[in-house]
Amino acid sequence: MSATAAADIQLDASGRLRHFLTVEGLSRELLVRIMDTAESFAGVTAQNVKKVPLLRGKTVVNLFFENSTRTRTTFELAAKRLSADVLNINIATSATSKGESLLDTVRNLEAMHVDMFVVRHAQSGAAHFIARHVAPHISVLNAGDGRHAHPTQAMLDVFTIRRAKGGFAGLKVAIVGDILHSRVARSEIWALNTLGVDEVRVVAPKTLLPAHVEALGVAPYHDLNEGLRDVDVVIMLRLQLERMGSAFIPSEHEYFQRFGLTEKRLEKARPDVIVMHPGPINRGIEIDSAIADGPRSVILQQVTHGIAVRMAVMSMAMHAGPDMEGSA
Amino acid sequence: MSQADFEVETLLARLEVSLREELARRRLDDPAMIGVHTGGAWIAEVLHRRLGFSEPLGYLDISFYRDDYPQSGMNPDVRASKLPFRVDGRNIVLIDDVLYTGRTVRAALNEIFDYGRPAEIVLGVLIDRNGRQIPIQADCIGGRVELETGQRIKLTGPEPLQLAIRTGGR
Repeated sequence: MSATAAADIQLDASGRLRHFLTVEGLSRELLVRIMDTAESFAGVTAQNVKKVPLLRGKTVVNLFFENSTRTRTTFELAAKRLSADVLNINIATSATSKGESLLDTVRNLEAMHVDMFVVRHAQSGAAHFIARHVAPHISVLNAGDGRHAHPTQAMLDVFTIRRAKGGFAGLKVAIVGDILHSRVARSEIWALNTLGVDEVRVVAPKTLLPAHVEALGVAPYHDLNEGLRDVDVVIMLRLQLERMGSAFIPSEHEYFQRFGLTEKRLEKARPDVIVMHPGPINRGIEIDSAIADGPRSVILQQVTHGIAVRMAVMSMAMHAGPDMEGSA
Repeated sequence: MSQADFEVETLLARLEVSLREELARRRLDDPAMIGVHTGGAWIAEVLHRRLGFSEPLGYLDISFYRDDYPQSGMNPDVRASKLPFRVDGRNIVLIDDVLYTGRTVRAALNEIFDYGRPAEIVLGVLIDRNGRQIPIQADCIGGRVELETGQRIKLTGPEPLQLAIRTGGR
């Protein structure tokens, strides 16, 4: 799907968010607005009652065709902090395993008067497909589809970078690991380039880089020491161990020898570098535990920020009406 | 209300006097002040200085508590609420610029109670105008104005703070 087509389905006639399927094609202004709104939601945790009434009476359905405890939990918590009711559909035991089509499932849930679908699916484009077929009042959020996109993960990552670095201008960011299979990396690259970082590097063995990766606006590196030189941010990706059966890498041990993040390698980066990881971490394969748990790691902050960012996207997408202003 | 009465400085001075009297009458010691974004926060910053409050000023953005969200959607310019003090058992002075329908104050009260249970709340507004939709009234005001349907009074600022009556639109 082209960037324009992706943006078309995501935005309403006024250019406001209706679905959130991919970062691709969205403006810098909109991405900044998501982060600004998330900043306000981050303050909700300071309240005694860690909830706001914004989506009271709305029903959010977590439609996860692929397991992901962390992502599902943070979406669930985000919806609950917005006072929505949340339905978690266990796909393994749902009607889809009895032969009911994806669209039938969606239609049945629509008939229960739900307001939002959060969709995770192993097939690229699944969230787009649902967005094209849902009733007009329903919003669809992509919680990861195949190798295609994971836009809320990308937004929580750039939100974490903005909080740590204050902005994006002049930053060098290295994304390290399985770029080929990573929807997170694709979404991050779009977001970082849209937000105007100085340079995005992808660091991986050739077998884990897509062909013509430069076309995404990144500089490829095959040597981690070179790729980390003077970077401000390192984003380590999870090695999809279940996808390594077809010899993308010789062995996990060798991978860590060449592409694992260690204290010594991190010395090549800027002294105030931050280290990120979308989780779950394969300790000792992608990253040394001393770094994952060390002072430059913002991995747990990413998890916290994930809730605020998902609250922002949910509230912005649930009703894309005219601007409000003035007080009464 | 004459043109002179729209001088923000005059209204602020009246509101300040009224707040001093109200706090003394109710014997509210060591209260904390909260301004409602955006205009209320500007007014609160001035009053907070003048009244010599010891606690830092708190700020509320009531966007997440508005009752017109399903119709109007997300405010594109949300600012973070920040209450840098404990609300439980506290005496609070809540400041807004214009009291109109009462819905902003209702939302602000709901938000304050999500931070804790205050002892007492004093509501101070720069301008009290007609058009109330829910039963809320201010304890202290700088001035009153009667406006016709379609008219609205708007505070601009923060430097300088100015009031203007506008007709139609936003």
